[in-house]
Amino acid sequence: MTTDRLTKRYGDRLAVDAVSLSVRRGEVYGFLGPNGAGKTTTLRMLLGLIRPTGGRATVLGMAPGTPSALARIGALVEGPGFYPYLSGRYNLRVMAHYQGLADSSVDAALDRVDLTGRGRDKFRSYSLGMKQRLGVASALLGDPDLLILDEPTNGLDPAGMADMRSLVVDLAAGGQTVVLSSHLMVEVQEICDRVGVIAAGRLVAESTVADLRGASVVLLRAEPLDLALAVAMRVGGDDAVEVVDRVRADAPYGGGLRLSLDPSVVPALTRELVADGVNVLEIRAVERSLEEAFFEMTGPGVRNAGIPTPLETLEVSR
Amino acid sequence: MSALLASTRAELLRLRRWPALWVLLGVWITLNLTFVYGFNYIAYRTGDASAVTEGVPPQALLADMLPTAVPQSVIQGMPMFGGAILMILGALSAGSGYGWGTWKTVLTQGPGRVAAFGGTLAALALVVIGVVLATAAIDLGVSSVLAVVESQPLEMPPLGELAEAVGAGLLVLGMWTAAGVLIGVLTKSPALAVGLGLVWALVVENLLRGVSDLLGGMATVSDHLPGTAAGSLVGALGARGEAEGDGTPGVLTVLDGGTATWLLAAYLVAFAVVGLMLVRRRDLA
Repeated sequence: MTTDRLTKRYGDRLAVDAVSLSVRRGEVYGFLGPNGAGKTTTLRMLLGLIRPTGGRATVLGMAPGTPSALARIGALVEGPGFYPYLSGRYNLRVMAHYQGLADSSVDAALDRVDLTGRGRDKFRSYSLGMKQRLGVASALLGDPDLLILDEPTNGLDPAGMADMRSLVVDLAAGGQTVVLSSHLMVEVQEICDRVGVIAAGRLVAESTVADLRGASVVLLRAEPLDLALAVAMRVGGDDAVEVVDRVRADAPYGGGLRLSLDPSVVPALTRELVADGVNVLEIRAVERSLEEAFFEMTGPGVRNAGIPTPLETLEVSR
Repeated sequence: MSALLASTRAELLRLRRWPALWVLLGVWITLNLTFVYGFNYIAYRTGDASAVTEGVPPQALLADMLPTAVPQSVIQGMPMFGGAILMILGALSAGSGYGWGTWKTVLTQGPGRVAAFGGTLAALALVVIGVVLATAAIDLGVSSVLAVVESQPLEMPPLGELAEAVGAGLLVLGMWTAAGVLIGVLTKSPALAVGLGLVWALVVENLLRGVSDLLGGMATVSDHLPGTAAGSLVGALGARGEAEGDGTPGVLTVLDGGTATWLLAAYLVAFAVVGLMLVRRRDLA
């Protein structure tokens, strides 16, 4: 799936601004961005539900929205849409009919999302989590090559979120390509191979999760600090070591060292420090979270797009 | 073609499990039975000169309830009441899909927009056919029982006349259903669609017909409105019109049968085609 400068304009507002992304076969692609960044609009264009104002997209080698492309795509976009008066099973039967599939596919899909026991109950009576799961079940009908799931964990409780994530991981393990949009970094960090980050309608980065987060660092607190610095420089080289005022944000005590080294250096470094008579107070490897990387990328300019900064949140709560 | 067939099957599956469909059809059959047979039979038996049957001799009342009158009794309520009910069905069928998000889910299944919307129209067409045939069958049954109970000769209506009535019923109800679907698509909201559709069918058309006498040129417009065409076709087939005092509201004699038939067919096709074009072209956001 690729898009080339895909654009959607509503009046004066650019909802999606020249987004060029590519999803490879078999991967779990995370589409990350704050609410209102243009994720759903992009996905709707890829499904042919709305027409792009500009740019082009190819899905499974076909134009988006054509029956032959949609036959190989399963999608859950912006919440599940079903007939409230029908049972979950009947809703899936209707959708299976639309695809020209046999009723047997319905049972398999219900089973896949653990809804077999509640299949006879009316959709209206479902909890939000069950509705979302039914939406995923209808996306699974016909065993599609590409799954497009728009915020599938939106509105779910923690247990429901965990279930949904493990379901997505299972699906990907089965070889299906999954495009998953989310505003939750943890989610994307946990289950996606590659990530496209969208903010205010623009794709600001596209890369693997590891690349986006960057290399990990080792933080060290030790006494005396100058001796520790000398040992660290000897082990890791002069350029890899940096003195910082605080090694952890939540504690006011003591400065320390920040070493741009692979975490595998920790045992050797610790031995050297101890051998030289340094008191090691704390040593740990730290990975930058995707969240930090995300805020760095999107910068203050796009904060208005929906992510409150901690300071703003504080001011609102006052 | 197979996508259209699949969509029609899918739509029929969800329509026949929809309580709203059966409520509306039940209301129509009840209205038909009550106004054609219920009130008239009570008036006939009691000799009560009610407001509805005032001045009508009992023998004429009985004649209207016998099988030979079925071609008229099936369709006399369709231009206004049956039409309004089927328009509600059309408006709900098309309009609620936007609120429920089912249009979105259906279209991502990949039938294609034309096939998906065509399936809805085809399924509703089958419902209309069922309604007209069921009404005719029920009216034939009830009138036959009445004929036996009242010791009248059990004479069936000419087949040609019955076929004409069924055809007219299909056109009238089909046109109103298509109108409902179009309003549902236009407004993307079942409530607004039903409201606007009813105001048009029950109020605006009547007002325009009233005003047409006062304004020159208005008559040409009001004589060719959907409701006028529906009422005229039914009037041309022998149902007593509203102008006669004891006739059914909505039944008119403005246009001749041929013109009314063509006009109804044109409206039906136009509503369906405009609806289809809108569904095809519009973003589903």
